[in-house]
Amino acid sequence: MSREWPLWEVFIRSQHGLAHKHVGSLHAPDAEMAVNNARDVYTRRNEGVSIWVVRAADIVASSPSDKGALFEPANSKVYRHPTFFPMPEEVKNL
Amino acid sequence: MAHLPDPKLAYLLRQGDNALILSQQLSQLCGKGPALEEDMALTNVALDLLGQTRMWLAYAAELQGGDEDTLAFLRDAHEMHCCLLVEQPNGNYADTMMRQFYFDTWHYFLMQGLLTSTDARIAQIAEKSIKEVTYHLRRSGDLVVRLGDGTPDSHAKTQAAADALWMYSGEMFLYDALDDAMVAQGVAAASAPLRAAFLEHVGEIFAEATLTLPDPSAWMQRGGKQGRHTEHLGFILAEMQFLQRAYPGAEW
Amino acid sequence: MYAQLVETGLKKVQSIDEMSLEEQTFQARIDAGVKIEAKDWMPDAYRKTLIRQISQHAHSEIVGQLPEGNWVTRAPTLKRKSILLAKIQDEAGHGLYLYSAAETLGVSRDGLLAALHAGKAKYSSIFNYPTLSWADMGAIGWLVDGSAIINQIPLCRCSYGPYARAMVRVCKEESFHARQGYDIMMSLAKGTPAQKAMAQDALNRWWWPSLMMFGPSDAESVNSAQSSKWRIKLFSNDELRQRMVDQTVPQIEYLGLTVPDPDLTFNADTGHYAFGAIDWSEFHNVLKGNGPCNRERLQTRVKAWDDGAWFREALVAYADKQASKEAA
Repeated sequence: MSREWPLWEVFIRSQHGLAHKHVGSLHAPDAEMAVNNARDVYTRRNEGVSIWVVRAADIVASSPSDKGALFEPANSKVYRHPTFFPMPEEVKNL
Repeated sequence: MAHLPDPKLAYLLRQGDNALILSQQLSQLCGKGPALEEDMALTNVALDLLGQTRMWLAYAAELQGGDEDTLAFLRDAHEMHCCLLVEQPNGNYADTMMRQFYFDTWHYFLMQGLLTSTDARIAQIAEKSIKEVTYHLRRSGDLVVRLGDGTPDSHAKTQAAADALWMYSGEMFLYDALDDAMVAQGVAAASAPLRAAFLEHVGEIFAEATLTLPDPSAWMQRGGKQGRHTEHLGFILAEMQFLQRAYPGAEW
Repeated sequence: MYAQLVETGLKKVQSIDEMSLEEQTFQARIDAGVKIEAKDWMPDAYRKTLIRQISQHAHSEIVGQLPEGNWVTRAPTLKRKSILLAKIQDEAGHGLYLYSAAETLGVSRDGLLAALHAGKAKYSSIFNYPTLSWADMGAIGWLVDGSAIINQIPLCRCSYGPYARAMVRVCKEESFHARQGYDIMMSLAKGTPAQKAMAQDALNRWWWPSLMMFGPSDAESVNSAQSSKWRIKLFSNDELRQRMVDQTVPQIEYLGLTVPDPDLTFNADTGHYAFGAIDWSEFHNVLKGNGPCNRERLQTRVKAWDDGAWFREALVAYADKQASKEAA
């Protein structure tokens, strides 16, 4: 079998979106074709404006067993979440 | 060959028929592409062209009567006005992409010119189409470069396609009285600057693709615009028009 | 369904005491509705079953382009042609999302395709039937995509994250598919007598294969039971098939067409339709390769792949050249 096109992960930020979202993956021989193909595959319905592609092999992921050490400290600082502070109804814009 | 009394109508049909037949050709490849991603990209081009077809034929129908479907499905070959390039068979993928590249290059510069057409409706069609057409050209040009400068085999296939299709790449710039009338009215752009832009762009891409540009002064096949087609068109229409012909008057 | 009779490789459903500690923790997560992700620990059998299920589903989408591709150049109006082209393109996209999901489990797409082309991988029985008239485009969208939706919506909640998310994406696009099919049927049913006959004929030919698509009754199936425990199969074949019949019969009646089943009766007590016997020998034969179109479908896919080899290689060669230039 001749060389397979590498796998790329695709991230799209939609028109008024705040951040790029992972939408899936595709195969392409290089970065430029990956972006072009991503446009055809993942934005057929004008779903996206900004496209990022990353070689799947280049993605470094946290290990599931890290969940404790990496994320526990944040979980206990629950006051970081706005919903922790209920506001009186009369107070707007907060 | 019918002499159309209205140059505007003829002009609209020429544009619409080009998009119609080329889209039809690309549709044959649906599900049969060399890679999934490429299959989807090519189908997008077919869909875009079909959308453009409908805009042209809808306008033509307002002048002639009937609707986009009567125009697409009930005219015989001698009443069609597409250029010969779009009738050429899909062949291998180099043939498909070279046909597409020649078409897209002409189409891009044509549409650029039509943005400032004195016919407001045509200008509107051009405005709605220009983004797609720009993308099509970027895409087909990119693939010509990749295939031209890929493997020795892809290079050979691409050069062969460039050479074989060259004689169909000039018809769009051979203006007749109808075309001249459109230029005179400011509806369409003149031929010479269009052809110059075409040759310059094709030359650039071919250089990057390590392909040899065929002779610009070579004899060009012609006649499609005037209703004299290749033998391919009859078969294309027979397949495309079958249902409407077999069940006249039916609604689908 | 699109993935039928998926093997788990197990002879019986594992009970808790037969499981290792890892397997028990894994099962507990599934029972709690927690999604399993690509890098999580999973039993080998779960991984292998998912690879089979997801890849069969992906292969079905790709092969499924062909019966409809057969009519796209003969679509009777420009509007119908646009819609059908878009639908077929969606199917390529669905295949792509599903191959992507399968690849998270440690297989390559090219490897999966090689298995398909060698005749070693399965795809849904339904796509081995021929499309003989324009009405078949209606019947397929309505009955086949309609059945797919019934199966796929629950899969949006399946235990494996990448598969569930692919299903969400697919489902968003699938309801357009079913509607455009029914829209074609409505036009035909209220058209000329020839068109109405065309519609009835398509329904006659696609009804039973669509019911077969859900697979045989799996009340006794170990594979189905294990897949249920793993939450990668959420309803039984019979339940899904019943749902399909119950929802479709009124749609047939609305069209003024006849259900091609003389034994179909509505049971007012249960609120369900009882239907006639399915010829399972046809189903098993189709899966074995004896359907009307198995050979042609596979040949078409293999030819497209083989004819495309020089193209794929050329693009790799070009990319390599550019990479060396940049490195230099």
